[in-house]
Amino acid sequence: MNQIRKTMLDTIHPVETPEGIALHLPVAGLVSRALAWVIDTLIRGLMYIILGTLLVPLGKTGLGLLLVLTFFIEWFYWVIFEVKRGGKTPGKSAMGLMVIHDDGTPISWGASMIRNLLRVADFLPLLYGFGLVSMIMSRDFKRLGDHAAGTLVIYSEKPRQAAKQTDAQPLRPPFPLQLEEQQALLAFDERSLMLTGERAQELAELTGPLITEQQHPVDALRGMAHWLAGERGKTS
Amino acid sequence: MNQEHFIRTRQADWEKLEQLLTDKKKPARDGNEHDAFPALYRATCHDLALARSRLYSRQLIDRLNQLVTRGHQQLYEARHTPLRAITAYIAGGFAQRVRRQWRFVLASAALFYLPFLMMLGAIQVHPDFVYTVLDGETVRQVESMYNPGSEERIGRTWDRQSDTDLMMFGFYIKNNTGIGFRTFAGGLPAGLGTLFFLIFNGTYIGAVAGHLTQIGYTSTFWSFVAGHSALELNAIVLSGTAGLMLGYAVIAPGRRTRLRALREESRHAVEIMYGTAAMFFLAAMVEAFWSPSPLFPPETKYVVGLIFWVLVLGYFLLGGRNRETG
Repeated sequence: MNQIRKTMLDTIHPVETPEGIALHLPVAGLVSRALAWVIDTLIRGLMYIILGTLLVPLGKTGLGLLLVLTFFIEWFYWVIFEVKRGGKTPGKSAMGLMVIHDDGTPISWGASMIRNLLRVADFLPLLYGFGLVSMIMSRDFKRLGDHAAGTLVIYSEKPRQAAKQTDAQPLRPPFPLQLEEQQALLAFDERSLMLTGERAQELAELTGPLITEQQHPVDALRGMAHWLAGERGKTS
Repeated sequence: MNQEHFIRTRQADWEKLEQLLTDKKKPARDGNEHDAFPALYRATCHDLALARSRLYSRQLIDRLNQLVTRGHQQLYEARHTPLRAITAYIAGGFAQRVRRQWRFVLASAALFYLPFLMMLGAIQVHPDFVYTVLDGETVRQVESMYNPGSEERIGRTWDRQSDTDLMMFGFYIKNNTGIGFRTFAGGLPAGLGTLFFLIFNGTYIGAVAGHLTQIGYTSTFWSFVAGHSALELNAIVLSGTAGLMLGYAVIAPGRRTRLRALREESRHAVEIMYGTAAMFFLAAMVEAFWSPSPLFPPETKYVVGLIFWVLVLGYFLLGGRNRETG
């Protein structure tokens, strides 16, 4: 577990499951959470305006109703959405975030109540001042409410399909490679589609002796990656 | 086994698991498929561990990690609170939880009621004392609200419409419950916020009560507040109790780390806040619909108020005594 913390320069929160394996949860950062909050605040504002235009004309009865409803929106907007919509308020959903217990399980009523009642404390002294300090000081970007409730806001990735494959002829590397080197090649293969041609070329040329005899370093490295992954082409 | 072979052999199971996770919203048409879920999930956990230890490619590991995360979420989903748990809470669980924190209850009650009583008493001796807390404008407003001869006074006069009651109900819910929630949340910064809200509200309410008593508006004021006082004032005390629990966890976590203490105490504190919110709601109802009613003489209202105090104190002292602590 500490290994991951030390070696990875990423905001990953590892959770050990009862099955004995570690889940790696991608912890959400400050900016996307702030934006999610802005979206939620706008939505709540809109709800107030709509309720206001509908209820105020009804006189004092409407006003009473409006006060009760705004009370509920103010305090329970977050709780209802978080518990009922799988950890996602509309703002979080728009930013691709979700809140869960920090042991990886879906958020419960109790935890959601705690983190959202304590939102006021995070908001102090001005616009999430305490929350901000707490998030910066915490490895997992937890605001005070998250600490008390034991919750975590993570990126809720879309279900991922098997990655796009590069097509290259499997190619046996000119000499045996270390494990890390093999991994680097596999990673390069998977990422090369996301890189511009020039950048891929530039990276490929860094591998030196691997590609000295090759015409197309990028294709050659992809080929080696396929070979390492276990493909054996007709030609080899 | 190399990666290609590994994917080829296991792919089918991963897709089946993915299918089950996507379909979870739909009710299971045939149970067998969903019975397969735990086994599929555990098999995929195993695959993830293998993929990691064999240093398979990043994307494969990521994909399995994500699949397992979703499976984990589904398998360990919290069960919904059964209705039985809620009724047990009302029937005595709430009182038990409050009694278990009796030290904080006493501290919170002292922080709230002592300033209240001191202010109330001080103003009887030195009437000008009210101006240390309230400014002149507020004093005039409060006076006109409870002036027995005033047209604007609180309480339903014969022509006051019941829709005013409804409006005030909304106001009490929003305002008072909000104060309670803030008193609780104020416990997080080492209890300072809770301390402030308890003392401030105690002093403020004490000043109003003291001033109105001193100028002789007793029958309008005390008969109005009698009914809801037991619920409302003690709900503030309990909000303070929950807040002080948080503050104490931060100040004196004992042999736990501060964060761990905070987490454990928050769980207990929020269980007190559920009941406290309910008390604020009841208080708002009484305050909006009973307290201002002109149909009953002050004496009746004092008796009803007394009954509320007996019920509230009785509940917290005796509620759930004969049950197993839960």
